[in-house]
Amino acid sequence: MRATVIVTLKPTVLDPQGMTIHRSLASLGLTDITDVRQGKIFHVQLKEGNREQVERLAKEVLTNPVIEEYRIIWE
Amino acid sequence: MKFGVVIFPGSNCEHDCYYVIQSVLGKSVEYIWHQDTSVKGFDAVILPGGFAYGDYLRTGALAKFSPVMNAIADFAKKGGLVFGICNGFQILTEAGLLPGALLRNVGLKYVCEFEYLRTEAMDTPFTNVLTKGQLLRIPIGHGDGNFFADPDTLKRIEGNGQVVFRYADRYGRITPEANPNGSLNNIAGIVNEQRNVLGMMPHPDRSSEEILGSADGKLIFESMVNALVIPSL
Repeated sequence: MRATVIVTLKPTVLDPQGMTIHRSLASLGLTDITDVRQGKIFHVQLKEGNREQVERLAKEVLTNPVIEEYRIIWE
Repeated sequence: MKFGVVIFPGSNCEHDCYYVIQSVLGKSVEYIWHQDTSVKGFDAVILPGGFAYGDYLRTGALAKFSPVMNAIADFAKKGGLVFGICNGFQILTEAGLLPGALLRNVGLKYVCEFEYLRTEAMDTPFTNVLTKGQLLRIPIGHGDGNFFADPDTLKRIEGNGQVVFRYADRYGRITPEANPNGSLNNIAGIVNEQRNVLGMMPHPDRSSEEILGSADGKLIFESMVNALVIPSL
């Protein structure tokens, strides 16, 4: 079983890396892109069934709740 | 009186802290390995700068799972002095011993330079020899020192007088230009509500002797010594 955990900064948290990527797009002519936010993605393999362990991994390790939020995609 | 300096895999300022305590202050100091499960016998614990666990995942994020952190949390709860410098500050926020978080610097660059810090609170065990508004010249060296807290937390920190140091210009003015990393309200260092845990991004361990360009950092360590001698301070 595989899970993908996506961690992103909360919308209220400034993302200097995303802003820098966004600013560089003008020189490519990609002017319709109005915002870029950078995040992290984790591919997790687990034994069948125990989804709770991935929930804990996402919540207690991969995410800092002060600045980040996560979602899990199960495959 | 015994100080402890914690070593995580990737710490790199432990010798600086050890040297200041032993050779500059003349006090007893020992290293504490991150796998240790007790800090018994120590009166103050310092979490030094560096890149614990390579700063993998987030700065300080994996260090909080080191066994010694449980012991340090208990020690802090009982009123023990805990001082996190730079990466140590990041670890203390990740571990929940201090509020807020340290984000990537707004300019994205690693910044290594002397800063002026304005003392905002003297009623802490780390600042009892300082006066309100006193300027300290202490260097920073970090890529993730941008202090952030949600609006409610920030309001609480400010309301409780938990902000200990702010980045200032040489005249003590708190300006955007004096802010090296984008920290909210120019915050460079904070204490917890009980005021026995301090975290700061600048390095007093790199500025405790004139030969290093400034001895202002020594005042913070001397305050800790005072607080241990006279606990009411």
